[in-house]
Amino acid sequence: MVRMLLTGNAAAAWGARLADIDYVPAFPITPQTEIIESLAAWFADGTLQGKFVTLDSEHAMMTAAGAAAATGVRTFTATSSQGLLYAMEALYTIAGWRAPLVLVNVSRGLSAPITLGPDHNDVLAARDTGFVQIHAETCQEVLDSILMAFHIAEDSRVWAPVLVNLDGFYLSFTRESVDIPDEAAVRSFLPAYQPKHPVFRASQPMAQGVAVLDSSIYSYFRYQLHRAVENAGPVHAEVSARFQAQFGRPYGAIETYDTDDAETLLVMAGSFATKGKAAVRHWRRQGKRVGLVRLRLIRPLPVRELTEVLSGRRAVAVLDQSLSPGLGGILYHEIAAALAASPQRPQVLRSFIGGLGGKDISQAEFDYLLEELETVKATPYFGQPELLFTERDRARVRQQLALAGKSPEGG
Amino acid sequence: MKVKREFYRSFKDLPSEEYLSPGSPLCAGCGGLTTLRQMHKVLGDNVVIVDAAGCMTLLAIYPFTPLRSSWLYTTMGSPSAGAQGLRDALDVLLAKHRMSADDNLQVLVLAGDGSTYGMGLSATSAAIHRGLDFWYLCYDNEAYGNTGFQLSEASPFGSATATSPQGTQQTKKNIFEIWRAHQPPYVATVSAHEPIDLAEKVRRAMTMTGPKLFLALAVCPTGWGFDPALSDEIARLAIETGVWPLKEAIAGQVRHTYIPRRLRPVREYLKLQRRFRHLFQPTLWGETLTYIQEQVNIYWQSVAKAEGAKQPTLA
Repeated sequence: MVRMLLTGNAAAAWGARLADIDYVPAFPITPQTEIIESLAAWFADGTLQGKFVTLDSEHAMMTAAGAAAATGVRTFTATSSQGLLYAMEALYTIAGWRAPLVLVNVSRGLSAPITLGPDHNDVLAARDTGFVQIHAETCQEVLDSILMAFHIAEDSRVWAPVLVNLDGFYLSFTRESVDIPDEAAVRSFLPAYQPKHPVFRASQPMAQGVAVLDSSIYSYFRYQLHRAVENAGPVHAEVSARFQAQFGRPYGAIETYDTDDAETLLVMAGSFATKGKAAVRHWRRQGKRVGLVRLRLIRPLPVRELTEVLSGRRAVAVLDQSLSPGLGGILYHEIAAALAASPQRPQVLRSFIGGLGGKDISQAEFDYLLEELETVKATPYFGQPELLFTERDRARVRQQLALAGKSPEGG
Repeated sequence: MKVKREFYRSFKDLPSEEYLSPGSPLCAGCGGLTTLRQMHKVLGDNVVIVDAAGCMTLLAIYPFTPLRSSWLYTTMGSPSAGAQGLRDALDVLLAKHRMSADDNLQVLVLAGDGSTYGMGLSATSAAIHRGLDFWYLCYDNEAYGNTGFQLSEASPFGSATATSPQGTQQTKKNIFEIWRAHQPPYVATVSAHEPIDLAEKVRRAMTMTGPKLFLALAVCPTGWGFDPALSDEIARLAIETGVWPLKEAIAGQVRHTYIPRRLRPVREYLKLQRRFRHLFQPTLWGETLTYIQEQVNIYWQSVAKAEGAKQPTLA
């Protein structure tokens, strides 16, 4: 094992390298590009054996990735934002093929307006595709999750693609100290790829992705994919236990932070959970019983784990870095649905939207959020989202609107 | 004028093996299906077909496939990228000795004109640019056939479609030249009416590594509006009127594999099809028909000039 300062992108590339991938179809997009550049260099100098190829689009890239995985090579690729959406048809397609590959998404807000900073609208648009979805908080977790992701994807109970998400800029370009495990240890955790699912070979002709015009059979295949992604829950737990035994780092479907005695919980995902944890430490110093739950596995949604940890609390806030216009925070609604059947569901369950396009979430905003949870006595269980926006944000908007010759909406 | 045969002198020389069994749900008289059957006979065993959305998607409907070869349905826009992934994976497995050479496959993209001329062109252009070793068969029925015959970039001038009911004023995109501009080792046009010409071309391309691209006129009784019994007749007329030239480009050098001595009037081809009926009735669109004929004549004049061949007697 060596320890290096790595960006999230470099950690992703290292994860793929240690997984001994055979094939990378690629397409550049900010803030993901460093991943494919690193891999291209390793294929070029012989560190990695196999093939790296640049496609003409993410749609083509994902099709090539799925076809290669269906032919039995260990396949890795990466994209971000617009690229993930451009590939959307192919995401559904290759999940339907049950192609066991790993895709890294580096989250970035969606156009329009076109932007670079991260939020989760891109990756959550892929939540219904049939990809297993893991969200990393740290650079170390990015590397570790990729190794685990191949294990999960290639498990015969799953045989579905896995997406590992990291936030653009905050993680992709931030250097953290990362343990890089020994190759031998990784090989014992993740052996060389020997596909057990049917693959394209001359001696065993097969038809893959064929049309289905019978709705019973169509439903059967879709239900099978649902079961497969559900299975990724227990498989993730097994793989995680093995990973911890080998490398010492535990990864649950959710991560709990100071939750034991907490009356109030904050739910977040991704790198901004680090900011949430800082806020929790701040509140704990003030004697407030607040904790944080970080969603790591988003597909399958860990309903049991969420219900267990969130039930019996006085108040829960879900802080979404996504916005479904006309609905609100995407994860909020999923969590509210997950808790609906729990007799001890929290009395207060509030939705907050923040961090869109990478907008910072300040301690002041966290404080406001907590105040809302503590002071509002008769909040309905299921409420409208609160859109976090500070005086500083307001000043910036006013300044830029003035430069554009406009006055702010509503004065 | 026909070019000298290299491999197949007569029908009797064509491979007798069948890779496509009868009983597919495609339309009677489908020219695309016959082309695929003929091409596959020469390609032989060990083929994986990478299919794009189009009529041929209906070949394999769960739990049946009429093909002895493998099949991967992709999307409308990315069959050539699917071919890239498959070819690359097979090459990696061979290089790493994780697969026996006997298990290797030839990769064939199967796409209609809707995919080929439009949505799929970016992925195909990129695959040709990369020199991907694959076969490509476009069954060109000159419209979006599977959805009921709407205007595509392959629809010829004057053709009525469900979305150009009065006949389109756009001309057919020249995909042969677009492909050729990428400098692939082999590009050809083929017709199910000329199975020997087709077989010769496939066989000639067989020794070449890289993109081997085939553009087939897929006569379409359903979309074009003629009796399926006339399929071969329509295909023959397309060649004899000069509307569908049979040609190939080896390393970019174009030669026509058939130059008619005399072109039959293009009206003979058009008048048999419902999609051109508005050019004949209720009134005769004489100027339009003359214009179409002129375009065909100009094409063959330029062929004769470029290839130093005898110019066909023009209609």
